[in-house]
Amino acid sequence: MDKGKDIADNQMEMLEKVPSGIPGFDDITNGGLPSGRSTLVCGDAGAGKTMFGMQFLIEGTTEKQEPGVFVAFEESEPDLKKNVASLGWDLDFLCRQKKIAVEAMHISSEEMTEAGQYDLEGLFIRLDAAIQDVGAQRIVLDTVETLFGLFTDAHIVRAEFRRLLQWLKDRGITAVVTAERGHEGLTRFGIEEYVSDCVVDLSQTMHGQTTRRHLRILKFRGSGHGTNAYPFLIGRHGIHLFAVTELGLDYPISKERISSGVPRLDEMLGGKGFYRASSILLSGTAGTGKSSLNASFVDAACARGEKALYISYEESRAQIIRNMESIGIDLQKWYTNGLLNFHTVRVTTYGLEEHFFVVKELIEENPPDVVVIDPVSNLLQMGSPEEVKNLLTRLIDLLKSQGITTVVTELITGGNPMEGTNTDISSLMDAWILLRAIENAGERNRVLYVLKARGMSHSHQVREFVLSEAGISLVDVYTGPAGLITGTARYTQEAQEEAEHKRRLEEIERKRKELERKRRVREAKLKEIEAQFQGEEEELELAIREAEKEEEKYLQTQEQRKQMRSGAEGHE
Amino acid sequence: MNNAHNDNSGQGKDPAQSSFQLRLFVAGSTARSQQAIQNIRRICEEHLQGQYSLEVIDVFQHPEKAREYQILALPTLLKELPQPLRKVVGDLSEKEKVLQGLDIQLV
Repeated sequence: MDKGKDIADNQMEMLEKVPSGIPGFDDITNGGLPSGRSTLVCGDAGAGKTMFGMQFLIEGTTEKQEPGVFVAFEESEPDLKKNVASLGWDLDFLCRQKKIAVEAMHISSEEMTEAGQYDLEGLFIRLDAAIQDVGAQRIVLDTVETLFGLFTDAHIVRAEFRRLLQWLKDRGITAVVTAERGHEGLTRFGIEEYVSDCVVDLSQTMHGQTTRRHLRILKFRGSGHGTNAYPFLIGRHGIHLFAVTELGLDYPISKERISSGVPRLDEMLGGKGFYRASSILLSGTAGTGKSSLNASFVDAACARGEKALYISYEESRAQIIRNMESIGIDLQKWYTNGLLNFHTVRVTTYGLEEHFFVVKELIEENPPDVVVIDPVSNLLQMGSPEEVKNLLTRLIDLLKSQGITTVVTELITGGNPMEGTNTDISSLMDAWILLRAIENAGERNRVLYVLKARGMSHSHQVREFVLSEAGISLVDVYTGPAGLITGTARYTQEAQEEAEHKRRLEEIERKRKELERKRRVREAKLKEIEAQFQGEEEELELAIREAEKEEEKYLQTQEQRKQMRSGAEGHE
Repeated sequence: MNNAHNDNSGQGKDPAQSSFQLRLFVAGSTARSQQAIQNIRRICEEHLQGQYSLEVIDVFQHPEKAREYQILALPTLLKELPQPLRKVVGDLSEKEKVLQGLDIQLV
C-alpha cells in the first residue's frame, strides 16, 4: 500500500508513458515505458528480452494503435514468426495489416572485410523505410549489440549507436533496446551508458529443477518506480509480472451463502454454509477426510450448476474420482458434462511463481465458481513458508477478486494441530475447519471443529465426522478430548460483528458456562456429600445411642448382679 | 596479367560466366561515396580488366535494395560472383584489403 502511494507521489513529474504490454509492468512503473525515449532491456540469453520487445509491439497494435517495427539482429524472420506464433500471436497477419514491420538484419561477419571509412547509414535507411512503411511509433532493436561483434571498429559503432538513439528520439519513437548481460558491466559492450532513460534487468536463477525469473528496474529517469526484484514468468501469453500491488483487497464481497455439501456442516456455519467468494482452510492430519470434504463441496457446487476447478498436487484425476465413488460421491458425471475440471500436477513440476501463473491462466480460460486446492502444504517443497504464504496470499486475492469460493486443504504433520498451521496461512482465510482423528475405546474416529468463520456465527462444537458409502455425515459427540462442552448451538444476533471479537466473546461465554457447570457440579457434589453425611450421621448417632443403651443395660445388669451377690453373702 | 582466383573452373572460358559481378552500395553523392566509386573503378581496371561488371546503387534512392542485399554499413562493395559472396565495407581506400576481401590473389 505504501509503495503504491510512493509511486503516486513521484508521479508529480509529468513524464509521458506508454503501456508496455507486459501484465504487471505498468503497475510498478505507474504507466509503462517512457514515451518517445529508449528503454534498455538487458539479461542473459533466454531471459525473455525478445519476448519483452515483442509484447511491447503487440500492445501497440491493440487499443493504442501505435504500429511498431521489430528489428531482429539475431533471429531470422521465419524463426521470429514461429516463436511469436507459439504465444498465440499471428505476426504475419499483423504485418499484412501494416501494424508491425519486421526488419531482419541477417549478417555474418565471416563474409565481410573492412577497407576504409564507413558509417551505418544503411541501417538508418532501412529503419527509416520500415518506420515509414507502417507509420511506426514503437521500435524494438533486438539485440542491437550484435553490431559491435559485426564491425571491428568499435568507435564507429559507438558513435553510430548514439546517433541512432538520438535519431529515434527526434522522431518521437518509443524504443526498446535489448542487450546481453556482460561479465563486468551490465551489458557486454557497455551500451547502458547511452540509454539513460530507463533500464530494465531480466534475470534467471536455477532453484532446484526450476528456473526463477525476476525483473528489476535499475533506472527510470524522471519517474518513480518499484525497486523490488519482481518475479515473473514466461507463460503461454508471454511475460507476466507479479507485482505485489497487482491485486489489492479492493474486491466486492458477497453476502450470498453456498453449501459446503454437508448439511450438518452448513448448520454449524450459521445454518447457511460458506460465504460466496470466501476462502476456507481445511486442515488436518493424514486420513482425516480433507479430500472427502473437498469432493463434497465440489459435488454440491456442480449440482447447483456451477463450475468447479479441482487442483490436486497429490492425486491423479482417476484416483480422485475412484476414491470419492467409494463414499458415494460421483464426480465422474460432473467431469463428463464439463462442469468439473481437474488440474493435477506434481508441485515439483513448476516453480512457485509458475504455479500461481498456471492457476491464473486456468481460471481466466474457463472461469470456475469454486476452486479446491489439495493440499497447499505440498507447495512447501518448493519454497520457504514465507514464500508459500506470499504465493497463497496472491492466489487467494486473485480468486476472491473473481468471486470464486476457494477451499484449500492443508496436511498437518506432527505437533498439536490446534496450535497453528504449517504454512501459517490461517490468517489469510475466512474460515478455518480443523479435522482430527481421535482414538477412543479401540476406535479411531474423525472429528471436525469450526475454528474460525469470519462474519458469521458458528458452532463451536465438535462433531464426529463419518464417512460411509452414503457420503459424509456429521454426528453429535458428547464426550471429547479435554474440556469440551455439549449442548445446542448459539446463534449470535449481530452477524456483522467482527468475527475475531465475537470469537473471543464466545470463548468467554463458553468458559463461563463451563465454570457454571463446574460450580453446579460442585454444589451437587457438596449436596450429595452433605446428604451422605447426614445419612451417615443419623446412622452413626443411632448406632451410638444403641451402643449406649447396650452399655446402660450392661451396667444395670452388673449392678443387679452385684446386689444379688452381696445379698447372698448376707444370707450366708 | 592478373588473374582471378576462380572457384567455378567447371564453367570454363566463357567470359560472361567467369567474370566478377560487383555491386557498390553508396548513400547519395557524398564525398565518401565518390571516393568509393573511384577506388573500386581503379582497382577493377587495374586487376580485373574486361572481367567484371560493376553496378553502383544509391540506397537513398533505393532503400529496398539495402534490405534485399542486407546492407548496414555504407559504402559496401558486394561481390556476388564468383562465389562465395563477399562484402567489403568502407571507402575502399585500402587496396590490399579490398583485393583480399574480394579473394583476388596477386600473381
